[in-house]
Parts: sequence; C-alpha cells; structure tokens
Amino acid sequence: MSVIAIENLVKTFGGVRALDGVELTVEPGEVHGFLGPNGSGKSTTIRILLGLLRRDSGQVRLLDGDPWRDAVALHRRLAYVPGDVNLWPNLSGGEAIDLFGALRGGLDPRRRDELLQRFDLDPTKKCRTYSKGNRQKVAIVAAFASNVELYVLDEPTSGLDPLMEAVFQEEVRHLTGAGASVLLSSHVLAEVEALCDRVSIIREGRIVESGTLAELRHLARTTVTVETARPVTGLAELPGVHEVRPVDGRVRMEVEPEHLDTLLAHLVRFQVRALTSTPPTLEELFLRHYGETSDDQQTQAGGTR
Amino acid sequence: MSAFTGTGRLARLALRRDRIRLASWTLGTPLIGYAMAASVASIYPDEQNRVGYAEVANTSVVARAFNGPIASTELGAVVITESYLTLAVLAALLSTFTVVRNTRQNEETGRAELLGAAAVGRYALLTAALLVVAGANVLAGGLLAVAFVGAGLPTAGSVAAAAAIIGVGLGFTGVAAVTAQLSVTSRGANALAAATVGVAFLLRATGDVLGQRAADGVGLDSAWPTWLSPLGWGTQIRAFGSERLWVLALPAALLVVGVAVAYTFAERRDVGAGLLAARRGPARAAVWLLTPAGLTWRLHRGVLVGWAVAVAVLGFAMGLAGNEVDDMIADNPAAAEAIAQLGGSAELVDAFLSAMLGLFALTIGAYVVQALLRVRGDESDSILEPLLATAVSRHRWLGTQVAAAVLGALALMLLAGATTGLGYGLAVGDPVGWAVDLTGAALLRLPALFVVAGVVTALFGVLPRFSVVASWAVLIVFLLLGQLGAALDLPQPVLNISPYTHVPSVPAVDVTVLPLVVLTAAATALLTAGLTAFRRRDIPT
Repeated sequence: MSVIAIENLVKTFGGVRALDGVELTVEPGEVHGFLGPNGSGKSTTIRILLGLLRRDSGQVRLLDGDPWRDAVALHRRLAYVPGDVNLWPNLSGGEAIDLFGALRGGLDPRRRDELLQRFDLDPTKKCRTYSKGNRQKVAIVAAFASNVELYVLDEPTSGLDPLMEAVFQEEVRHLTGAGASVLLSSHVLAEVEALCDRVSIIREGRIVESGTLAELRHLARTTVTVETARPVTGLAELPGVHEVRPVDGRVRMEVEPEHLDTLLAHLVRFQVRALTSTPPTLEELFLRHYGETSDDQQTQAGGTR
Repeated sequence: MSAFTGTGRLARLALRRDRIRLASWTLGTPLIGYAMAASVASIYPDEQNRVGYAEVANTSVVARAFNGPIASTELGAVVITESYLTLAVLAALLSTFTVVRNTRQNEETGRAELLGAAAVGRYALLTAALLVVAGANVLAGGLLAVAFVGAGLPTAGSVAAAAAIIGVGLGFTGVAAVTAQLSVTSRGANALAAATVGVAFLLRATGDVLGQRAADGVGLDSAWPTWLSPLGWGTQIRAFGSERLWVLALPAALLVVGVAVAYTFAERRDVGAGLLAARRGPARAAVWLLTPAGLTWRLHRGVLVGWAVAVAVLGFAMGLAGNEVDDMIADNPAAAEAIAQLGGSAELVDAFLSAMLGLFALTIGAYVVQALLRVRGDESDSILEPLLATAVSRHRWLGTQVAAAVLGALALMLLAGATTGLGYGLAVGDPVGWAVDLTGAALLRLPALFVVAGVVTALFGVLPRFSVVASWAVLIVFLLLGQLGAALDLPQPVLNISPYTHVPSVPAVDVTVLPLVVLTAAATALLTAGLTAFRRRDIPT
C-alpha cells in the first residue's frame, strides 16, 4: 500500500489551472523528492494532501485515507514543515515546539532536547525575535520529534546554513532508518541527490519526470569529451549523438545512453588519447526541463510557492 | 555624506507609506473638534447652562478626574473640556504609533538595514520620522483651530486650544523617539510609550482631583501631580479662559530633550539593537497551554485584561457620576432629552444607567469583533496553516475562537454591570443591591453580542478576504443606528437591523423574553453557517 497515491489530480483557482492531472506515488520507507520551480504546483499539491485545499477532481489517497474527509485522523500520523514558517510572536520557541507536538498527538521529549541541541536552537527566545532560519528550525524540531509515519516537508531548509543543512540530512536519514516515509519538496538539488530514493519533477501543474535518480539519468544524455590523435569525423551521422562542438582542441558531445556503445566504437578509430564521460547532474536534468521556460519562470516568481 | 543624508527621501517614503493613516489623522482631528463644538453648542446654548456645567465640572470628582478643570464659563471652555481627553489621547497615541512605525518597526523587519546600506545617514530614519510626525501634529492642530473658529468660537481661544493638543502630540513624539531606541520590538516601544500616556493620565487626574477651587469661584488650581503630566500641561494652558501660553514651553522642552536623548542612543547603538534586551520565554510549554483552549487563552488574555481594566474603571466612574446626573442636567432640558433618547426612559437616572450599559454593550462589541478577527489575522499570516495540519479540526479551532470571544464578552459585561452598580450604589447607598441589579441588566444585553459574534463568524467562513472590513463596517452601522437612530428619527424597520435595538433597556424598561430568544436563535444560525462554510472552504495562502 502506497503512503501517498495521487492520480489525475486537478485544482483550479478561478480560471488558472494550478494542477492539471498530477500523478504522484510515494512508497513506504522512501524519501521522495518533489522538484519544480516556483508556481509549478508543489505547494498546492502538498496543501491538498494536508486537507487545506479541496481538490476539483482526481484520486488522492494519503496513508490509506481521504486527506479532506479524514484530515484530523490523518494529521495524527504525519508531521508538516512549511517553507515559510510563521509563528505566534509572543510564544517562545520551546512553547511553539511543545504546542505543535501536543496538537499533533504528542512528541518525544528526549528527541526534542536532542534535536534542539543538534540544530543549536535557543528555545527561550520569543518567536518574534527569531530569524527565518531559526523559525524554520522550530518547525523542523517540532516535526522531527514527533513519532509519525509520514513527514511532509515543503522546502524545509530554506534559510538554513550549510552546517545545519548537513544536520538536517542526517536527521532525515534517522527518520527513514526508523521506517518513516518522507515527501521532500526542495530547491536544493544537492539535498535531493543526497537524500531521495525517487524524484518527481512537476512543471506547470503536471508531473514531467518520475523515477529513481538512476532512471532519470538513464533517460537523459551523457556528456562525452574526447581528445584524439586524428580529427574525429562522421559524428553527426551517428545515431543518438547531439550537440557536437569543439572545446580547446577536444570534442564535446551529448549522447543518449543506449547509443554510448556505438559512439565509443566509432571513436577508437581516431586513436583516443583522453576521454571523460559525465552523467547528467540533477541540476542539468532539472534545467533541461525548465531552461526553455526561463522567461515564464521569471514572470511566475512572484506567484505562490 | 552627513549623518542626515537621505532624510528628505525617507520622509517622502514615510508620507507615501502612511498616506491614509496621516490623512485620517489630520482630517479626523478637526472633524471630531467641529462635531464636539456643534454638539456642545446645542446642549449648552446660554451662559446659565454653562455656569451650571462649570460648577459640576470643577466640583465633581469624576468630572475632574476624566475631563480635568474647566477654565471659564465660555462656550469654548465647555467644548475643550468635553473634547480634550479624546483629542489629546488621540494625538498622543497617533504620534507614538507613527514614530515607532517609521523607526523601530523598520529596524525590526530589516528594512532599516536595507536602507542603511544605501546612501542614508545614521540619523536619517529617526529624523524623517520626527519631521513627518511633527508636521502631522502641526497640520492636524492647525485644522482643529480652523474647525473651532468655523464652529463660531473666538479665534484666540481656538488657537490656544489647538496649540494645547499640538503640545501633547509633540511631547509624546519626544517620548516615542526615546522608547523606539530602548525596546528592540515595535510592540515593546509602543507599549512603553502607551504606558507613559496612561501614567500621564493618572498623574493629571490625581492632580486635578486634589486641586483647590480658585479664589474667583469658577476655576480650579490643580495640585502638583498635574504639572508632571504632558496631558496636564494641555489643560493648564487654560484655553478660552485666562490663557497661559508660556505653558507650551513644557511640551517643547520634552520634545527637545526626548529627541536629544534619542539621537544620543542612535549614535551609540547598533542597528537593530536596543537598550532593553528582548524578554525571554520558558523553554518548555506549561501543560495548560497544550490544547486549543489553552493556546486561545494565552493569545487573548493580554487584550482581555486590558479591556477588563478599562471597563472596570469606566463603569465605576460612570456609576459614581450617575448620582450627579440630576444636578448636572436638572435645568438643561436639551441634555436631559439626549440621555432620555439613549436610555429609553423619562426617569433620568434609570435612563442614564441604561444608556451607559447600552454603550458598554456596543463598545464590548468591538472586543468581540477584535477577538474573533484574530483567526483571520492568523490565516492571512499563514500561522493557521501549520496549526490546521495538526490533529485539530477546523470546527474545533474556530469553535474555540468563538467561545473565547463570547466568554470574554460575558466577563466584560458582568464587570461593566457590577462596577457601574457598585459605583452608583456607593454614591446612593446599597452598593451590593445595585451591583446585582445592574449586573443582571448588563447580562440581558448579551444576545446582541452573540449576534455580533455570529456575523463575524459567518463573514469569516463565507467571505474571508473581506471579513475584516465587513465586520467592522457592520459594527459601525450598529453603533450609528444605536447612537444616532433615535436622534435622527430613522424609521423603525431601519433601526431593527441592529440587534442592539431589540435588547431590553433595563433598568429603564421592563424585561421582555421574546427578543432575547429570537436574537440567540439568529446568532446560532449565523454561527452554524460560519462554521459550516469554514469547514468547506480552502485555506488560501
């Protein structure tokens, strides 16, 4: 049974189709990366999962329940960290943590103290005096100290420094080590690469890629740079080879993974002196989907998260 | 680059940012002044009425404490005595909030840092705020003088009265300049300055209560505490009497000292830092806080306690004043008629007490609106989102908020009835009996407050985006129908829109049960509609 199973989910705001048939599955025990630029529908999907927004059509199952109808019962079994944490200004951080824990159904006081120490957070400061990063930490500590089945994290590390980012990653592994599942929406691609078993990329309200990182890489072209004794010819005629260009006396090209073999066989005829082959980074995968819409992205940057 | 570089630009920024606030302030002040002058002129048209008024004003302990001394029996003197507290406190608080908003709040939000990184001098932010606030005070005061003259009051007195209000505003501008340097939060800076206004009021009230009647038989020589209070200085100018403009030197001195102190602090401290460290809170939550009800109490208690203190002081004072109603308006049919209309009875004391309880019910309506709209504030600040992602249902959260607002209103109405009864009872004998009677009378007005709670809940459920404006608009309509409806001879169907029209004006009239039942039923229907709509709607970002 999947932890999250979304099929053909549609949500419109006025005339705008924010989600246009989203498909998303999160299996038990996995960390699922949820990627997409601002305004692509990540937060809308998450807010539907939390029962804050009502879906227009489609199927959504969360922990084998209906996120809208069974909201309260489901919320006992999950913890949520928003991307922009706002707190009651006159409560102390410690009070806010205990409060969220209690309203969710209790938290582990030993874990709470341990997490406060690990994230180096002073719980006696009033929430109004916390920086953005520290408000984020309050929500992270409150969520991670709760013993639940699913953690829904919407850009949880915005505002954290690299040191805290490392602590965050260790703590996420700690959660999944205990058998929990995580839905991690993020802009930090290094974080997603380090943590996620599977990744879904959303664009303009539709999932455009979904799978393990290896699968996604396999679908994408590998960059090959080669230095040969004799000038290479005939590359353009090879199947699956693209964007051939000379770079500092070498030749660089992109090749589809299934045609790598053919390419190598072709290259040896020109006496290879040096060859590097780089699988695409997640960033390249990501930019490939969004690069062409960078204008679009700029106009949407002011929209919803 | 000097320490003042950029002041002009920042002042224009403050003008742009606060254009509505500043316009309301500078235009609202003369409007209030004009309305008060016109209303006083109609109630105290001739010298004989005013001699009676002045006699009571300078004899009655309650009148002395609230309004301060009256300078003469001229019409203008009655006008400024009746309107001074409103105008002076308004000038003091508006000056405070505007100074803090344009100084400390900018630092707290990090905007000052952004500005400080540009070509902006160290003193520019503070100087711009002071210039804008001083300008607003002078403009508001100038228009107030024009309004008084326009209402037919003599020019010299009008200018002196307006100068008194300007003095209060500028004095507290100096105070706020300092508190904005002391506290690291704008809330703290505002609270410190507002507390100073409260202390100034108490000092003036004490000094005026302890004052001696002047040798001429009309005036009052206030005791020394009045002279320690920036609110007291305004009355000591004695506008429309034997004017003493030299008193204006006192608020001017306070402004100069305050600004000098503020510049000294601004020179020595870091951006964002303050002299008072931010207070810390507990590292762990108390057990009682960990439920929706506990959290709600924590969020509301500060405001509720503030309201309770204000209601108790006002109720007690109004009760004491009840005994003086007969003296005050015995030979003034216009004033008697105004009270009879508000209170709904020809029996003057009953009408007065009933009118006071009605006013409390309307005012406490503002508490209900304010308390309930918190949930909308939390929604638009995205605080509600993580809360509703916990195992708290929407019904439970909104229901708790409604319960808090209604129970708060119940407590405040109990307090209003009890303190008014106690005050009146102490003046005429039988304090316990009167406290019990008027508490009962106050409680009979609760169904109107239930309806207010119902209206706000329904608006929040159905039209969240417009609920803040719409809720206040509804309350203002109720207020206008209650206060002006009878005076303007509005047709009954129009008056019937307000729930306050239907609650029995006990003790002035007898109890009737039917309207109470109908109002409670209407409130229940509105609450149910609001809760249901809230359960079904999206929580927008």
